[in-house]
Amino acid sequence: MRLERRTQSSLALLLAAPIIAIVIALALSGGLIALAGVNPLDAYAAMVKGAFGSRLSISETLTRTTPLILTGLAAAVAFRARLWNIGGEGQLYAGALVAAWLGHNMAARLPTPLAIILIMLAGMLAGALLLLGPVLLRLRLGVDEVVTTLILNFIVLLFVSMMIEGPLKDPLAFGWPQSVPVDSDVMLPKLLSRSRLHIGLIIAILAAFVIWIVQSRTVFGMETKAAGLNTKAASFAGIKLGRTLLGVACISGGMAGLAGAIEVTGLKGYVTLDLSPGYGYSGIVVAMLAALHPVGVVITALFVAIVFVGADAMSRALGVPSFIADVIVSISLLTMLVSLLFTTYRVRR
Amino acid sequence: MNRETVLELAHISKHFGKLIANDDISLTLGKGELLALLGENGAGKTTLMNVLFGHYTADGGQVSAFGEILPPGKPRAAIEAGIGMVHQHFTLAGNLTVLDNVMIGTERLGLLRSGRKQAAAKLRGLSERFGLQVEPDAFVADLSVGEKQRVEILKALYRDARILILDEPTAVLTQIEAEQLFQTLRGMTDTGLSVIFISHKLAEVMAASDRVVILRGGRTVAEKRTSDTNRAELAELMVGRRVVRPVRTDQAPGRNILSASKVDIVEDGRKLLDGIDFTVRAGEILGIIGVSGNGQAALGQLTCGLRGADTGALVYDGNQANGFSPRMLVTSGTGRIPEDRNTEGAIAEMAIWENAVLERIHEKRFSAYGFVNRARCRDYATELIDRFDIRGAAPDTRTGLLSGGNMQKMILGRNLAASPKLIIANQPTRGLDEGAIAAVHAELLAARKDGAAILLISEDLDEVLALSDTIQAIFKGRLSAPLSAEDADSRTVGLMMAGIWEASHAA
Repeated sequence: MRLERRTQSSLALLLAAPIIAIVIALALSGGLIALAGVNPLDAYAAMVKGAFGSRLSISETLTRTTPLILTGLAAAVAFRARLWNIGGEGQLYAGALVAAWLGHNMAARLPTPLAIILIMLAGMLAGALLLLGPVLLRLRLGVDEVVTTLILNFIVLLFVSMMIEGPLKDPLAFGWPQSVPVDSDVMLPKLLSRSRLHIGLIIAILAAFVIWIVQSRTVFGMETKAAGLNTKAASFAGIKLGRTLLGVACISGGMAGLAGAIEVTGLKGYVTLDLSPGYGYSGIVVAMLAALHPVGVVITALFVAIVFVGADAMSRALGVPSFIADVIVSISLLTMLVSLLFTTYRVRR
Repeated sequence: MNRETVLELAHISKHFGKLIANDDISLTLGKGELLALLGENGAGKTTLMNVLFGHYTADGGQVSAFGEILPPGKPRAAIEAGIGMVHQHFTLAGNLTVLDNVMIGTERLGLLRSGRKQAAAKLRGLSERFGLQVEPDAFVADLSVGEKQRVEILKALYRDARILILDEPTAVLTQIEAEQLFQTLRGMTDTGLSVIFISHKLAEVMAASDRVVILRGGRTVAEKRTSDTNRAELAELMVGRRVVRPVRTDQAPGRNILSASKVDIVEDGRKLLDGIDFTVRAGEILGIIGVSGNGQAALGQLTCGLRGADTGALVYDGNQANGFSPRMLVTSGTGRIPEDRNTEGAIAEMAIWENAVLERIHEKRFSAYGFVNRARCRDYATELIDRFDIRGAAPDTRTGLLSGGNMQKMILGRNLAASPKLIIANQPTRGLDEGAIAAVHAELLAARKDGAAILLISEDLDEVLALSDTIQAIFKGRLSAPLSAEDADSRTVGLMMAGIWEASHAA
């Protein structure tokens, strides 16, 4: 038995692959659920109910989807260009902190829509700047960006901690470490009344489509694709590798920073150290599940959100540990990688 | 001559999807025979050998060695039956020594002592017996290509191969190394080993083999004793029609297009190019001949805009600089054919239309306001496909699916379509088959006729002699004085390639 490269992959196959992968992952995870003493079908039913069962649960799932789309885009854009940005988490917090600061201090002086746009752009800028450092280090000195971006996550988190205990500490928060709140005028409008769902979801989906257009229709997209696939041929064709990488870094860091800005202005209104339950890292999984396709990211972010929100409900209803969510997502990633292999290769005997 | 049959392939068929790579091929190999398997790229030679060696499982047919049928799809069974294969792309670990590479996989696991001493002795024995000099303790990464190939052959012999299969063994060798290789192979067959070598080079097939089997389009089209055939007949059988390489006609050169004066390129303190001077004029082909590794790569990078001169200068159409960017070269009408089409010339994973326009995507006809005009790009690709006869291609075909010759036609096409005033052709026919070589030569000569200045960098003596108006040899980064085509014969040029030009041309 051996693998042979397919000459082309049919669209049906490309669409079926992730679905099959997820079905297999659910079946495998079902075994673990059964080991915990619960009928897997009941568990999955509880999960679906937890994620979709009520107006509240639907809105919660979608609220959770929003940052995952953006951090997923951050990873997808970077990875496609062979820029290994593991720093989504730090970039998210950088965006969040800048958003809180701007939202608190200058929001009242500007008309609301303008202020919101400004805050979003500032969040993106913060994330982008944070990624530019590691990219410049790689371009100038050949420093591995996996290491630098990963380490920056911890540095940023400590910096945020310092700011919300110090200069940006909310004096009215009874001593809790949280930042000053943004002005209520610049909080993102709700998408659904009496829920936490805000227009950040629309912004995230729009961002995915814009990135898709940029990648597939623009000169910049074509050049980054070429540079990501084959640096030698790309530079032979006159593409400036450093410049395309910096462009990619701006988009990637920008998306993660935007996620932070949206989380702050869409939900709580202030920064705490538990603002993100690892959205920056989950974004990597989201991107890989989507095979780095920006529109696919929207769908896989929804899937990951369903698993996490649903697993919480399942754990409450049936007593299965909620860690099963991590297990399901991880197994899905593995089965997805295998099924991607089968979209480009076929098995021959 | 009746020989004992050691290997028999019977009715082998193999298809990949719709592509039929092997269609009912049968052949036999006699003891002590040197058999050539001749065919163009894509004729099915490599597939057939991979079936034989068990890398692929055939759809039909069977292989037997020394009278025993080999189980399909099991390389280990083939090795045990005494078949050794030397792949075109070497399968050696550079960070291990020659001895380690040869021994790897032959030792039984679980033994406490490794049999390095015996192995070294056996390796020395083989190496002496067949005249394959290598240093057992040298690291493979430090070896030349020719030496690496010797290690590959020794690896097969070490496993007691009685039948040796070599896939395009001379593709990476210089002329002299190739001659040595065939001498070695002849020595082996004299001691009773049997050898199959795959080739598309007529000269070596004629010179080295006992018998030749010609494949075309996945079928055996003929089988000849080498002494009963000739080059022209083989060429016709291989290509399926008569192939005539085009001939250069005399033509007076025009103005200077590109010249270099006293150019050095230094890397890690070593001069890759050492004070080179050359001038290419409009309507003229300047051939730079040399054994690969003498500075051609640096010369190619310099003229293709990938690096500048460390000292000295280039003058391109009146503009002097120490180097030009790829974008500047392309917009000012330079066609660039890179040395390695697979790593530099095209991106295998991208569509043909993307590769066709990549270096000129900034031109108005292909993009506006940063957006790619995909319809026009595809039209342009279609135009290239039609005009340059790129087979098996549509604009959206993945470029990696093209054969070497067709990929080279795509690269030529995207350069020639713009009627360039300068063409840098770095090894333009390396690895191509007869038909494709003739096509590339014809295109280059047509461009010359239209007034293009062409810098041809090649290690193929026949090619340089046939195409060039002026010839310079490159040796250890230095260029000889130019020699005009009338004064060039293969002996003089051969000496120049070895760095001996002061004798033929007063320095």
